[in-house]
Amino acid sequence: MNDTPVLQCKNLTKSYKLGTNVLDNFNFSVPKGKIIGLLGPNGCGKSTLLKLVSGLLVPNSGEIEICGIPRSEETNSLISYLPERTYFNSRMRVSELIDYFSDFFPDFDRELAAKMLDDLAIPKGERLRALSKGMKEKVQLVMVMSRRAKLYLLDEPIGGVDPASREYILNTIIGNYSPESSVIITTHLITDIEPVLDEFAFMGWGGTILRAGDADTVRAATGKTLDELFREVFRYAPQNT
Amino acid sequence: MAWKFEAGIPLSQQIVDRLRRDVISGVYPPGSLFPTVRQLAFSASVNPNTMQKALLMLEEEGLLVTLGTQGRIVTNDTEKIELSKKQCTEAEIGAMIKRAKELSLSRDELIKFIRKGWNENE
Repeated sequence: MNDTPVLQCKNLTKSYKLGTNVLDNFNFSVPKGKIIGLLGPNGCGKSTLLKLVSGLLVPNSGEIEICGIPRSEETNSLISYLPERTYFNSRMRVSELIDYFSDFFPDFDRELAAKMLDDLAIPKGERLRALSKGMKEKVQLVMVMSRRAKLYLLDEPIGGVDPASREYILNTIIGNYSPESSVIITTHLITDIEPVLDEFAFMGWGGTILRAGDADTVRAATGKTLDELFREVFRYAPQNT
Repeated sequence: MAWKFEAGIPLSQQIVDRLRRDVISGVYPPGSLFPTVRQLAFSASVNPNTMQKALLMLEEEGLLVTLGTQGRIVTNDTEKIELSKKQCTEAEIGAMIKRAKELSLSRDELIKFIRKGWNENE
C-alpha cells in the first residue's frame, strides 16, 4: 500500500512584510482519505497556507509536496482549490462556466456538476452577476467539488450560504469522499462542520499548530465539542490594567 | 429516522448506540444486508471514517458480520441480539433506578409510576 501523504509541508516560511512571518517554519502533513478542519482565528495564516499549496503564492523558504511530488505545474492538476473570494467573470453564464471547467480540467465531471446545480436550484442559463452572493458561492463550490482531484482545498466553503444549503454542501463533501483523496476545510463555523471532520488542527499565529488530532478521540477524551475546545484554546485574556 | 447528535459525546459512540438499538428493535432484521458505510455516512451527515469505526465496533460486539467486499449483514445469531437487548435494558433501568433514588422514590412507588406511565403510553 502506498502511504505517501497527500500533502506535506516542510519548514514552510512565508512573510508579506519583512520581519513578520505569517508562517514560520511550518510543518504539516495530511494523509490520504481524510477530511481535515483547519481552524484558527482570523489572520493566523490559514488562507495563506492554502494559497501556498495551490501555488497562488510562493513561499520564502521550505518545501511543499503533493502526493510525494514537489509543488509544480504538474501538481496543479491534483489540486482543486476553492478560494475565499469568487474569481469568475460575472458576465459568464453558469452553463458557460461548466464548459470552461470541462476544458480546463480533464477530471471535471460535467454530469455531477449539472446534478448538483439542479439540486441547489441554480438556474444554469443565468449570468453570474444576476446571482446572489450565496448562490455564487454555491456555484463555485459545485465546480470545485465536481473535479476528481487528490486534494481539495476549501477556504471558507460555507460562510455565506444558508443552513439548508450548508447541509447539502457538507453532504456533497461526504458523498464525494474517496479513500484516495483528502479535503482541507477552513472555517469559523465549527459546529456545522464538526460531524464531517476526521481530524482537526487548531492553528495559532505564526502558523503554529496549537492542537491537532482525531476529532472523535478528542471528544471522547475531553467531553467537549471542537467548538468549545476552540473557544478555550483561543480565549482572549481580559485586559487588566 | 433523522439523526441527532448530542454535544460532548464521541460521535462514533452515539452512532453505535443508535445502530445497536435499530438492530435490537428489528429495523435491520437478523441476516439482512446492512447499509454501506457510504450510505449511512451520507444519511447521518458524518464523516465516513467515523461511520466505519462505528460499524467495526458493532462487528466486535458480534451484532454485525462482515462479508468482506460484499458488505455486512446483521448477525443470524438471535441469542446474541437478545443478549444485547438485555444489556441495553439493564443499563437503562439501572440509570432510571439511580435517578428515582435521587428523587427519594421507594421501590413500590417507582413500580407504580412505571405501570401508570406504561398504560398511558399504550
